Amino acid sequence: MQKLWVRYAKRGRARFTSHRDFSRAFERALRRAGVPMAYSSGFNPHPRISYANASPTGAATEAEYLEIGLAQPRDPDAVRDALDSALPQGLDVLQVVVATAGSLADGLDVSEWRMSIGGPDAGVTESAVRALLDRDALEVERMTKSGLRTFDARAAIIALWVVDEHTLGLVSRHGVPLVRPDDVLQALGRVEPRFELSQPALLTRLDQGRWNGDRIVGPFDEQA
Amino acid sequence: MTDVTTSPESLFARLEPLLARVSKPIQYVGGEVNSVAKSWDSADVRWCLMYPDAYEVGQPNQGIAILYEILNERDWILAERTYSVWPDLAALLREHGLPQFTLDNHRPVGAFDVLGISFSTELGYTNMLAALDLAQIPLHAADRREDDPIVVAGGHAAFNPEPIADFIDAAILGDGEEASLQVSEMIRDWKAEGRPEGRDGLLLRLATSGVAYVPRFYDVTYLPDGRIQKVTPNRPGVPFSVAKHTLMDLDEWPYPKAPLVPLAETVHERYSVEIFRGCTRGCRFCQAGMITRPVRERSIETIGAMVDGGLRSTGLEEVGLLSLSSADHSEIGDVTKELADRYEGSNVSLSLPSTRVDAFNIDLANELSRNGRRSGLTFAPEGGSERMRKVINKMVTEDDLIQTVATAFGNGWRNVKLYFMCGLPTETDEDVLAIADMAARVIETGRQAAGSKDIRCTVSIGGVAEAAHPVPVGRAGVRRDHRPPAAAAAREDPRRPPLRQGHRHALPRRQARCHRGAAEPWGPPRRPGHRGRLPRRRHVRRLERALQLRPLGRLLRVRLGRHRRRPRLVHDPGARLHRGAAVGSPGLRARPRLAVGGLAGRARRVARRGLPLDAVLRLRRVPADGHRDPDRPDGAPPAAADAGEPLTPTTAHFANSLGIRANSSRV
Repeated sequence: MQKLWVRYAKRGRARFTSHRDFSRAFERALRRAGVPMAYSSGFNPHPRISYANASPTGAATEAEYLEIGLAQPRDPDAVRDALDSALPQGLDVLQVVVATAGSLADGLDVSEWRMSIGGPDAGVTESAVRALLDRDALEVERMTKSGLRTFDARAAIIALWVVDEHTLGLVSRHGVPLVRPDDVLQALGRVEPRFELSQPALLTRLDQGRWNGDRIVGPFDEQA
Repeated sequence: MTDVTTSPESLFARLEPLLARVSKPIQYVGGEVNSVAKSWDSADVRWCLMYPDAYEVGQPNQGIAILYEILNERDWILAERTYSVWPDLAALLREHGLPQFTLDNHRPVGAFDVLGISFSTELGYTNMLAALDLAQIPLHAADRREDDPIVVAGGHAAFNPEPIADFIDAAILGDGEEASLQVSEMIRDWKAEGRPEGRDGLLLRLATSGVAYVPRFYDVTYLPDGRIQKVTPNRPGVPFSVAKHTLMDLDEWPYPKAPLVPLAETVHERYSVEIFRGCTRGCRFCQAGMITRPVRERSIETIGAMVDGGLRSTGLEEVGLLSLSSADHSEIGDVTKELADRYEGSNVSLSLPSTRVDAFNIDLANELSRNGRRSGLTFAPEGGSERMRKVINKMVTEDDLIQTVATAFGNGWRNVKLYFMCGLPTETDEDVLAIADMAARVIETGRQAAGSKDIRCTVSIGGVAEAAHPVPVGRAGVRRDHRPPAAAAAREDPRRPPLRQGHRHALPRRQARCHRGAAEPWGPPRRPGHRGRLPRRRHVRRLERALQLRPLGRLLRVRLGRHRRRPRLVHDPGARLHRGAAVGSPGLRARPRLAVGGLAGRARRVARRGLPLDAVLRLRRVPADGHRDPDRPDGAPPAAADAGEPLTPTTAHFANSLGIRANSSRV
């Protein structure tokens, strides 16, 4: 069995695809593209696909990773082209490489986000960002399946900056519980009451990988 | 229908921020594999196709899939799709002044030439109204302006479009493949000629050519008790009777070839091939079987090619061989064997969605489960007792069923599902209780055959939904204290959703019209779909409100409830006056006793594909006094069997079905 690592993107209207929607679409695209998938054994065989993590519904992304197992070896670039053309518009396969030792998920500790916001003016956003970065910890709340949960949003933030009047940049660490961009926006509202959004922010994940103290190193960069 | 050739602006940019705030936004974004994005200006005729339910229910619909492909294959036609919008997004759309939109290019529905709505059930009626309202199209056809789309209804539940007569401009009866193209051609010509006589001009063309039924060109008069007296055309050239469209050669129309593959999760995710259309079994409760005659089969070659192409273009893994009674295809054995051979070793699975007990055999089941999965078998005996099954003409004997089930359990199946109905005409408590007895016998036989106690039998009981074409509805006779045997799991509330469905079809158009105030507080139905968990009174009230109904009031002493309770006849003039179904056979005569009596006969079906041609629709003239039997010549005396002492329907029907005289002491 040949293992391939795939980096894909959700763009435009496809950003409303949920993780389960994507996995169904991806399995069908594999069949349409004629990729010779390896199947799990057992009563109800499934193609061998493992996702490094789930991408949030409603957020666009440029850096999602998954691993597929092929029954026969194929050229990674040919697989990329075939898959990319078989997937619906907006779901794009960016890169396919032969898997190396280790697991994909281990190399994904940090994400870089762009948050496109409307409402507060530039000055308010600036002061909110400064106020949040000055804190050592800041509790936020989120409704989860098990009820309202309170956790610290500050510790996960590696970097937070104003890109322009309507855009924020964020580098955050994956942890438990996972601090999402929404949580960071909530934290900004807590430290600066004037920071109020007029509509939900549009989120884009730009990159995912390991933090080397200076920048994000993606799982495929390490290979090279 | 503007002559402006500029394309209406895509609403997506304004929609996008709203989508982040609603549930399952993926259902509104379109862009599925195999969807078509045509340029607005390249087309002469622009269709918006709607299935009036949520995306997850509407997307797998075959009718819309077929029309979407057929229309978009023509370079002068453009077709986009829209579905019911869930209340969360609908509220946001209203708040932001956005209209109902299409998925393919997010254009406003009101900008299209035609809004074609496919009704599989009457439950979609109120969703149509919600969509029209959201699309900012006037609800009543009479109020529509020239630049509003023509609203065309189609599908099974549009076969009797009277309940929605005031809201639609036209209805297409029967198969839509050719009819949709005929409508498109008429619209193209009419537009090219500069729209002579406006909206009415186009509708008159549709009506006089016989392509569509246009309710506004017919006047309806009523008898004092609220029944329809007669229906007459009110324009010269409009036919008294409108024929249904019947596609005779399914092999020439192998659609859908490449159905859309949804990103969102939907109720059916399989590639379905309609292996034949129509059914001559003649089960009395089945509207589809009555209105889609004659049987037209697809050849084994076409089925094979469609399955191959469909799986390639969609990437789906399950094939459904679709029809009203799939095991009745004359070559079903070869079809399943060849498909099972072709896909052996792959992960493609085959399914036969509707099989009759008497047509089923274990070889067929073995072909379908070659990959080793023997999940379950489903049969629909419909009636619990032999007598009940005779009444509804579903001739499956209990021994047939038990034998089939025993073979199935002996061959490795462990789960059997049985579908029944209650509320059938002449039903008594004994008939309903017989359902439980049958389930108990199935379990007992199954345990013996399987040599194990680990088997299951699921019994689903549904209420009869009164439809315009098949049999009348009686009262349900469920004994509330009854409990099914422990190994049988009963499902579904037996009556509520179908009752709602029955109401809708049974309303004559006058009731939809009798209260139409400008200040009518009208709210859109809150929930698309048919999850009928509401108390009955509330949904009846809501339906009335949605259809702007009022009970006819004291003047005529007709109330909705009474209208519903009236025993309805096969040929109730209110149901099928000027639209004939292709039931030209003697199997369903108008006389109520014959219709429900022991008429159970064998299916008339000629070998192979040379089936009887669709009967030319008989013109049914209704005399001024509005008798109930359009088949009986005007003024003819009632048939001898009808004469004599009046009997309560139940006694008469019961007696008749037993083949004894009604006044016999045995009743």
